[in-house]
Amino acid sequence: MTTEKKSLREELGSLLGGHLVSVQERLGEMTVVVRATEMLSVLTLMRDAEELRFAQMVDLCGMDYSEYGDGAWEGRRFAVVYHLLSVVHNRRLRVRIFAEEDDFPVLASVADIWPGANWFEREAFDLFGLIFTGHPDLRRILTDYGFVGNPFRKDFPLSGHVEMRYDPEQQRVVYQPVTVEPREVTPRILREQTYGCN
Amino acid sequence: MPEIKNYTMNFGPQHPSAHGVLRLVLELDGEVIVRADPHIGLLHRGTEKLAEHKTFLQALPYMDRLDYVSMLCNEHAYVQAIEKLAGIEVPLRAQYIRVMFDEITRILNHLMWLGAHGLDIGAMTVFLYCFREREDLMDAYEAVSGARMHAAYYRPGGVYRDLPETMPQYEASKIHNAAAVKRMNENRQGSLLDFLEDFTRRFPTYVDEYETLLTDNRIWKQRTVGIGVLTPERALALGITGPMLRGSGVEWDLRKKQPYAAYDKVDFDIPVGVNGDSYDRYLVRVEEMRQSNRIIKQCISWLRQNPGPVITTNHKFAPPGRESMKQNMEELIHHFKLFTEGMHVPEGEAYSVVEHPKGEFGIYLVSDGANKPYRLKIRAPGFANLSSLDEMVRGHMIADVVTIIGTQDIVFGEIDR
Repeated sequence: MTTEKKSLREELGSLLGGHLVSVQERLGEMTVVVRATEMLSVLTLMRDAEELRFAQMVDLCGMDYSEYGDGAWEGRRFAVVYHLLSVVHNRRLRVRIFAEEDDFPVLASVADIWPGANWFEREAFDLFGLIFTGHPDLRRILTDYGFVGNPFRKDFPLSGHVEMRYDPEQQRVVYQPVTVEPREVTPRILREQTYGCN
Repeated sequence: MPEIKNYTMNFGPQHPSAHGVLRLVLELDGEVIVRADPHIGLLHRGTEKLAEHKTFLQALPYMDRLDYVSMLCNEHAYVQAIEKLAGIEVPLRAQYIRVMFDEITRILNHLMWLGAHGLDIGAMTVFLYCFREREDLMDAYEAVSGARMHAAYYRPGGVYRDLPETMPQYEASKIHNAAAVKRMNENRQGSLLDFLEDFTRRFPTYVDEYETLLTDNRIWKQRTVGIGVLTPERALALGITGPMLRGSGVEWDLRKKQPYAAYDKVDFDIPVGVNGDSYDRYLVRVEEMRQSNRIIKQCISWLRQNPGPVITTNHKFAPPGRESMKQNMEELIHHFKLFTEGMHVPEGEAYSVVEHPKGEFGIYLVSDGANKPYRLKIRAPGFANLSSLDEMVRGHMIADVVTIIGTQDIVFGEIDR
């Protein structure tokens, strides 16, 4: 397994050397970071090159790093993480691409490279507000019809902004501001890495 | 006569063959589907967001509620992600227990699928047969975890407790008298392993029964052969995994190709289809049930011979025993910290994956070192499978939509998350 992984690193280096911002291997998983401007050509090569042959895009995950490490994050706020799988070579690869702008995050759509990305991109658009240019049908997918906001962004409260109830006077369902109090049973605690080690 | 144009039809969300809450907007030309637009999200609960606000242990029971017909497989991917990030060693016995329950779950899932799929396209008896066998397996769930469905049995570092030595018994009631109850309790006199061994002996006959009803049935073949054909290249490009991919002839099973837990120590075969149609996918799933039965048998004989711990002794992640907690100050502190603050998973990211009954179920866990996940992405196999629905139903009749929804084995708990 280790020799195979090493050769994946070498092949990535020889094929895409200058185009990779970083290559990291941890826990037996290879992660590469690619610039948003070059993403389409790099990802197409990853799918087609004989040594890589990542024919399947298994997962596409939107990320909001704004509160990572309780504010310790220095870098772009939004990213998309692709998990690629090569059935031929039995390998996985994680590709992370940061959106250039934090206020209006835009990335290119990979739906032409892997048609299965269509719904995954709709999901990231819905939940994180990431825009995918060139997507054939960028609509909301998981949230309600007429939903406002991007619920998985870190600044969106867990209880949301509106709640729905039946109004007996108007005899229909109405939206109103939420009445539930936000509560936290166990607070989020981030300790220094050496805590409890002495 | 005026010329009839395409018209749209709404299918679901309240439709018995929509398998939950699928709303389909179909564009029809006569009875032929021109376009299908699935509207999903009616069961969206925001599991991933909720998990960001819960400690690692509190988020575990949410996994049961994703794909609510294959509960323990979901949990397996989740605990595996934590174990990978934290570098926890899982005792071998716990790994075998997990493999055994993953396979029980696979049979549960495929029985549910077979029953519902049969019912959708007109075979009532299969449904009743399948639910009869599901009952035994759910009793096994209940014996080990106390819950018939949402078990919450796996823990980071192992499983909650060892397999029980006794099985719960039926009691006489208005419906069953003492003699009937005695007969029902006959195979429950020993341990859980005895009960499961008895099941694995009976199960192949049951699968033969389903096959007698369906495999050579002319109506069944007319409804499934040549319906929803997927080529292997297209299936890969669409992100399809699991029995759907194997039905198209791609020999890809994570239990063999990227083995996890104790799958490299058990012997089984991967069935693959040839034509990639609904009938092949049916054959693949039926054979998978037989193979699962084979794996369970091997796990039972191993578990009988090898007693041992079932959860890690790393008390930063797994609680200490009750006795030692009450005698030892350090263990008391561990216990207190674990259940008030929760475990701290080291900073990093991990993608853990299991061969779920529906396909590749992945958990992408990002931790920044806190006691809660920073981001938990659930890769649901049904989500990718359903996204191919539009392509699969084009050119088919309305009645075939029901077949194709059935053959995709969709469950909305995981698709909507």
